[in-house]
Amino acid sequence: MALLSVRNLHARVGDKDILKGIDLEVGAGEVHAIMGPNGSGKSTLASVLAGRDAYEVTKGEVLLDGKSLLELAPEARAAEGVFLAFQYPVEIPGVGNLHFLRTALNAQRRVKGLEELDAMDFLQMAKEKSKLVQLDAAFMNRSVNEGFSGGEKKRNEIFQMAVLEPRLAILDETDSGLDIDALRTVAGGVNGLRSPQRAMVVITHYQRLLDYIVPDKVHVMASGRIIRSGGRELALELEEKGYGWLGLQDGKGAATKGGEARR
Amino acid sequence: MTTDTLQELTRRPYAAGFVSAVEADTFPPGLNEDVIRALSEKKGEPPFLLEWRLKSYRHWLTLREPTWQAVTYKSIDYQAISYYSAPKFKPKKDSLDEVDPEILRTYEKLGIPLVEQQRLQNVAVDAVFDSVSVATTFKDKLAKAGVIFCSFSEAVREHPELLRKYLGSVVPHSDNFFAALNSAVFSDGSFVYIPKGVRCPMELSTYFRINAAETGQFERTLIVADEGSYVSYLEGCTAPQRDTNQLHAAVVELVALKGATIKYSTVQNWYPGDAEGKGGIYNFVTKRGIAHERAKISWTQVETGSAITWKYPSVILKGDDSVGEFYSVALTNNLQQADTGTKMVHLGKNTRSTIVSKGISAGRGQNTYRGLVKVLKSAENARNYTQCDSLLLGDKCGAHTVPYIEVKNASAQVEHEASTSKIGEDQLFYCRQRGISQEDAVSMIVNGFCRQVFKELPMEFAVEAQKLLGVSLEGSVG
Ligand SMILES: Nc1ncnc2c1ncn2[C@@H]1O[C@H](COP(=O)(O)OP(=O)(O)OP(=O)(O)O)[C@@H](O)[C@H]1O
Ligand SMILES: [Mg+2]
Repeated sequence: MALLSVRNLHARVGDKDILKGIDLEVGAGEVHAIMGPNGSGKSTLASVLAGRDAYEVTKGEVLLDGKSLLELAPEARAAEGVFLAFQYPVEIPGVGNLHFLRTALNAQRRVKGLEELDAMDFLQMAKEKSKLVQLDAAFMNRSVNEGFSGGEKKRNEIFQMAVLEPRLAILDETDSGLDIDALRTVAGGVNGLRSPQRAMVVITHYQRLLDYIVPDKVHVMASGRIIRSGGRELALELEEKGYGWLGLQDGKGAATKGGEARR
Repeated sequence: MTTDTLQELTRRPYAAGFVSAVEADTFPPGLNEDVIRALSEKKGEPPFLLEWRLKSYRHWLTLREPTWQAVTYKSIDYQAISYYSAPKFKPKKDSLDEVDPEILRTYEKLGIPLVEQQRLQNVAVDAVFDSVSVATTFKDKLAKAGVIFCSFSEAVREHPELLRKYLGSVVPHSDNFFAALNSAVFSDGSFVYIPKGVRCPMELSTYFRINAAETGQFERTLIVADEGSYVSYLEGCTAPQRDTNQLHAAVVELVALKGATIKYSTVQNWYPGDAEGKGGIYNFVTKRGIAHERAKISWTQVETGSAITWKYPSVILKGDDSVGEFYSVALTNNLQQADTGTKMVHLGKNTRSTIVSKGISAGRGQNTYRGLVKVLKSAENARNYTQCDSLLLGDKCGAHTVPYIEVKNASAQVEHEASTSKIGEDQLFYCRQRGISQEDAVSMIVNGFCRQVFKELPMEFAVEAQKLLGVSLEGSVG
């Protein structure tokens, strides 16, 4: 059984349909990449999986280890092991980064019936994990993402992922805004977190990231559907030929009727 | 987030809302000169004090209740209030053994176990129950340092000369409507004197509790810090949950002599009324300090309770190089109203003041910051920095900022910054995605917003304030 199963998922905001039937199976230990033009619904898919209540699921199901997620609140999904690295990480002024993360971890541990980590144990663990993305200790006690540069925010997301040890990690454009060195660091961090028990969904616009984080599968999304799936080479082909090759106007998501381009 | 969730989450019982079964000696409602005479006699006061009360009362009769503040309430019937209520046993402050166990239990329920405090913490507590001060802990230790910390009534008996010198010296009996009323009928409160050069060996703390129905609480606090001394003082307040509004009109006077520092912190959690705005405390308080040469007065307040909060802890920067600070968190939820801020009056040279105000509005709460920075001609090189931030939770509440600035000396530097923000759905989702419940997320975000103020509170109280804020809000968001 796949770790994540998304079946015929439809979602909308208000009366605007955004996801129009997504099917996706990601097995434990696998990394899948999702690509696709701006506005095609990639972040929406990520948000819906994480349970953002701005989106209404109108059809379909989402299973994590066979267990349905859609009825669960975002925090309950997090405790089940869903982690989303945000495309735009949010600033929380006055709330210390470490305090935030410890609160999160302990909340998850409580749900799982585990003992909470005290400040000392947590600090030690956090320090260890921060090495993974080379996040300087100075960031630990600053307010969550406040005044962080774009790249620092993205590193902080991966640091949080390292601490929270999710079952399913969804990385939404974690590579955008990173310089080359940071890209390597972040990708290194992500690779360090690959494990046979964990599944990852990596949303990106750039093939380059996939040189570092080598995916098992690549999916192309357009207009709220997955219109093409393949191996790594699909990403290379896309890079070369652009979305037009798939019958899509480059940079626009709305050109095709899903059925045609779909295999 | 839907309004429903919002309402559900903001609806939360007031934990301190119980009534204690203490037998009380209570005056019948009503106010006239005879009541004041009886009150003064009950307390065994010297003639000068009775005279002062009567003078204040006569002045009060000539005043009208002010209406300029941005709060609305049904006018108060001053004849329907009882001006004295005391637990029936004779309060002796030397030993807690003599305090009515029911009162001790009340404080325990509120998380202020006096006995515990005495044993474990380095905080001396004076507890005011209705009108009378019932216990002052740590007397001996303080006495060794020469510090006087006692109830106002006791100070009247034991230290009349100090009282006579400083009573009304900062807030005159004629200052305003509620201060005049308080001066006429004040029942008890705390008195502190720190001798020259002494650093008070512990935090001093007063807990105010209104228990009896239909009573007003009119306490007075007077703190005198002699030259070069230091004291940190905290007051906390709760009241039972009742359908009628109760008046709390206190006066606090601080005198910081040359080189002295007074840090005054308030955590106010009077009953705010229910979700429909029924009941709750009217918290109309006059607080002011005079800072002499090189002295510093710092007010920190966390106002989460009361149906209406209306107060402006102020500093008169009289001496050269004196410093005034005001750090405030005011939270209004449901139908609560707060009109609060400060006045910094710069008289001396090189005087400095800092104002940091954080207003949080939830439900249909209304929150107004009203502040005055006044730099007089004599105040060469005065500086002020003001920062007013408002946080809105939901779209039915309001935040207002009314800064008055009067500068009569061109060398002054006055800076003002203001911001208004809303707890964003994105912030909440971010927290929840990490596993933090909605309620905890709101409380965390709000606490973060208040951090600048909380870090000014003594450690133990900062923790208490954070909890209070969490309780007062629990997840309200829009
Ligand atoms: N909360 C919302 N309200 C209204 N429209 C929305 C909302 N969220 C997403 N949309 C719309 O849904 C579509 C898909 O947006 P989404 O952010 O999922 O795209 P994306 O594939 O992540 O794009 P990008 O590559 O630019 O990040 C867009 O047209 C967007 O405007
Ligand atoms: Mg996106």
